[in-house]
Amino acid sequence: MPIDKRVASAAEALEGVSDGAVVLCSGFGGAGFANVLIAALCERGTRNLTLVSNSATHRFSFTHQLIEAGLVRRVICSAARGHAAGLSPLEELWKDGKIELTVLPQGSFAESLRAGGAGIPAYYTPAGVGTQLAEGKEIRRFGTRDYLLEEAIIGDLALIRADVADRWGNLSFRHAQANFGPAMATAARLAIAEVRITQDHPIPPTEVQLSGVFVNRVLAVGG
Amino acid sequence: MHPLNRLQMAWRAAQDIEDGMVVNLGIGMPVACGDYIRPGLEVVIQAENGVIGAGKLADQAHADSDLVDAGSRRITLAPGATIIDSTASFAMIRGGHIDATILGAFEVAANGDLANWDMRIPNKGPLVGGAMDLAACARQVWIIMEFNTRKGAPRLREACLLPLTAPGCVRRIFTDLAVVHVTAQGFLVTELLPGLSPEDLQARADAKLHFAPDCRPLTTPALALPE
Repeated sequence: MPIDKRVASAAEALEGVSDGAVVLCSGFGGAGFANVLIAALCERGTRNLTLVSNSATHRFSFTHQLIEAGLVRRVICSAARGHAAGLSPLEELWKDGKIELTVLPQGSFAESLRAGGAGIPAYYTPAGVGTQLAEGKEIRRFGTRDYLLEEAIIGDLALIRADVADRWGNLSFRHAQANFGPAMATAARLAIAEVRITQDHPIPPTEVQLSGVFVNRVLAVGG
Repeated sequence: MHPLNRLQMAWRAAQDIEDGMVVNLGIGMPVACGDYIRPGLEVVIQAENGVIGAGKLADQAHADSDLVDAGSRRITLAPGATIIDSTASFAMIRGGHIDATILGAFEVAANGDLANWDMRIPNKGPLVGGAMDLAACARQVWIIMEFNTRKGAPRLREACLLPLTAPGCVRRIFTDLAVVHVTAQGFLVTELLPGLSPEDLQARADAKLHFAPDCRPLTTPALALPE
């Protein structure tokens, strides 16, 4: 049977996603947010989510909608500060103890996802040594330097944005769209990409930036 | 006495960038350094989101929401640029391939400790971003910040009051009043704003300042802040 990972709607893309899912959402600075899929997840009303997103309340990312809708119980990110002077919905919920917040250095955030998708349960990094983020974590000296043990992150669902997908789920990205997408796709049991266009014919092999092996479903959303 | 404005501080930091360096620029004042690299030099600007070879800001006609730097600014690409994903970008950072990172800061201690991620504003969420990776792993860490807080408190301190980003990492500090190097002996002032005495500067710091025998006047071109 021919492989074809294309789906017809965001609802179909999210089929099978259940409450309590660990959701990895890519995107950085306006590039690579899978906002069609995030909005659909919000509409679906799946609850009790763990949201893994570099900047959890970035103004260009719809992840803030998931938080505002009360669907998120835990956030793992590198940046949790709202842009406004007052408290963001995330900060309000965190203050009231309704959201648990884990902050990682951005490089550890990325590497934990990479490790999760690569079968590596934990790794040592120099980032964060000597800071509050090292509290409770194992420190080990290699050579002349101390390193911090960080654990891998594995998700139930990854929502990423790319430019083109072929029917095999191979992806190519535009400019800085990739950011956390490739790592998140590898680290999730169900990886869904929303893309500008899907095509029947293959993307030339050397232009594929993420192998379709790591991608389960693709949805064309235009844009 | 005319303290440097934010663009002049960025200009002064940019003068220390050498030909061929790979430089990461932080959000805020540091990204402006890209506009003031000395003529004739070719430098690779690394943006943590994976743009390696960031160019100038894009004009309205070329602005593309998929082509942004670490500060979400819409940018162009310099010749020779590549775009990689976040894991590769931070491999580049942690692997020691960045010659210098220029970051903003709240406080720097005399031993080079850096505090630039948590101002301890009640209930405001933490914002670490890539600063801990950069501060721990770039070959040099340079800081651009005002010498004092808006309320006049010292930012150059014997020990940081705010939570650390990384211990013992800062090498140079470019401020509105002086250029300060962090040495094994502590703070060493290498340039001082004309009209300000060493005693005046010392009174604004919380740590002992040493003054270089060849300490020069801190001068920059006039650069007007945008309205």
